[in-house]
Amino acid sequence: MKILVCIKQVPDMESRFKLNAAGTWYSDQDLAWRMNEYDEYAVEQAIQLRDQAGNAEVVVLSIGPDRVKEAMKKALAMGADRGVHIQDDASYGKDSYQIASAIAAYAGEQNFDVIFTGMQSQDRGSAQVGLLLAGMLGLPAVTTIVGFEYDGSKATVRRELEGGLKSVVKLSFPALLTCQLGLNTPRYPTLPNIMKAKKKELVSLPIADLLKVEALVATSATRFPERKGGGLILEGDVGELTEKLVAMLKEKTTVLK
Amino acid sequence: MKALLIAESRQGKILPGSYETLAFAKKIGAEAAMFLVGSENALPKFDGRLYLADVAEAGEYNPDEHLRLLLEVVARENPQLVVLSHSSYGWDLAPRLALALQAGQISEVVACEGDNMVVPACNSKLQRVVRAQSGLTVVTLQAGAFSLPGDPAGTPTVEKLTAQASAKLEFAGYEEAEKGGVDLSKAEVIVSAGRGIGKPENLAMVEALANALGGEYGASRPVVDSGWAEHNRQVGSTGQTVAPKLYVACGISGAIQHLAGMKKSDFVVAINTDRDAPIGEVADVLVVADLKQFLPALTARLQK
Repeated sequence: MKILVCIKQVPDMESRFKLNAAGTWYSDQDLAWRMNEYDEYAVEQAIQLRDQAGNAEVVVLSIGPDRVKEAMKKALAMGADRGVHIQDDASYGKDSYQIASAIAAYAGEQNFDVIFTGMQSQDRGSAQVGLLLAGMLGLPAVTTIVGFEYDGSKATVRRELEGGLKSVVKLSFPALLTCQLGLNTPRYPTLPNIMKAKKKELVSLPIADLLKVEALVATSATRFPERKGGGLILEGDVGELTEKLVAMLKEKTTVLK
Repeated sequence: MKALLIAESRQGKILPGSYETLAFAKKIGAEAAMFLVGSENALPKFDGRLYLADVAEAGEYNPDEHLRLLLEVVARENPQLVVLSHSSYGWDLAPRLALALQAGQISEVVACEGDNMVVPACNSKLQRVVRAQSGLTVVTLQAGAFSLPGDPAGTPTVEKLTAQASAKLEFAGYEEAEKGGVDLSKAEVIVSAGRGIGKPENLAMVEALANALGGEYGASRPVVDSGWAEHNRQVGSTGQTVAPKLYVACGISGAIQHLAGMKKSDFVVAINTDRDAPIGEVADVLVVADLKQFLPALTARLQK
């Protein structure tokens, strides 16, 4: 069984963002980078399936500048077998359609049985690439899975809907699944596995060899949202903060007797 | 401008997002037709053409067939915009449609500015202003971003579509969330823990504050996903929707899914080390402090 897992490297969302010089996206300077959180669940599920299926391999793929190899190394340290890095210093300027097209150009020749992606990225959040990729490869796809079981021939997945409801869907491979938070418990790479990962294959392919289409969506600007509501901000010494907040709760609410 | 609006029904009920697509169409002054895989027994309140396929025939989750039906309607209506909710149904169907039509898709629209659409990025810390380059644009709308001024009204003119049952994906039914345990919707005070509590042991500080305020403790999704709290404590679009007199968000950054579950609270206090956290948008007071120091101090002060 051949399993592909597509991951993205994103900034820590607690970061204080600045805009790039063109004002089209955040500046990539002075940020702490990590694997997109949704993708950690995708990597974990891919590894679990490989270990269950036997005679299987997990290929991890990511698009971006060289720094994204750090996220790929984490996936390799978690247990992925080898990595395919699509080198693109300007990946932030591509739309979902272009990103999916580039992955499809690589994956189309590889006949993967299963592809896992995160349901969305934490920075862009479009929730499109997985489904576009599935469509380009002619694969059935289920999004937002929070449960996965494989019985040797069929997979049973649980899709998360609103208000705690889930739908149960059965499908055969080949297929693509997009992973929601909580699908499993992503493992932490152990030190021996981090060392082992350094010896795993990680090849880089230039984006120009794979991307042949124009964007369908253009970004004219990125900006900070206007603070609409935004109440009072209290800062300072803990003792003073406590007194101020209690006084405010007494004045504005009826919950303190 | 002509817009095709994708209504949603689930388990025999029209979902509220359906009317948000209508509000969006009104806002941009588009002529609207609607598409629904649902039932004649539960039609959306809307004056206009409704293309209806029977969910019993098309299947509750059969995206290939829903897409086939939708493409048939797009060919008949020839809209410039197809509008869906950014919901589990909408974000699943929209890219399939966009690819089939070679259309640009704009996800989770919160506002429109002329021909441009505004979408959130980085947990709503940023916004992107975007525009599709294609003749037809597929958009999904952030839940709650657009709403009708009054109650929805009207009766659609129904055009029936014939669905075919054929599926690569087999829908095997729904699973309800486990019931029982605490009913947060009845609590007057809720103190919720987010990822910022750092480790499961720190949940005790949140619970202690909830007790001191005579309320219940809740949790954000990451805390529940990590197994630190039960699902019946989860506040947000995939958990419970609450509107207590006081909501205290401890270490919760304020993802839209969480805000959807608590923004109707009467008074919101956020406690966070990140003064830019999006929770600040809905908080009446944002206390910039370390939870480990502030929560015990506040609890002790309230117990005096």
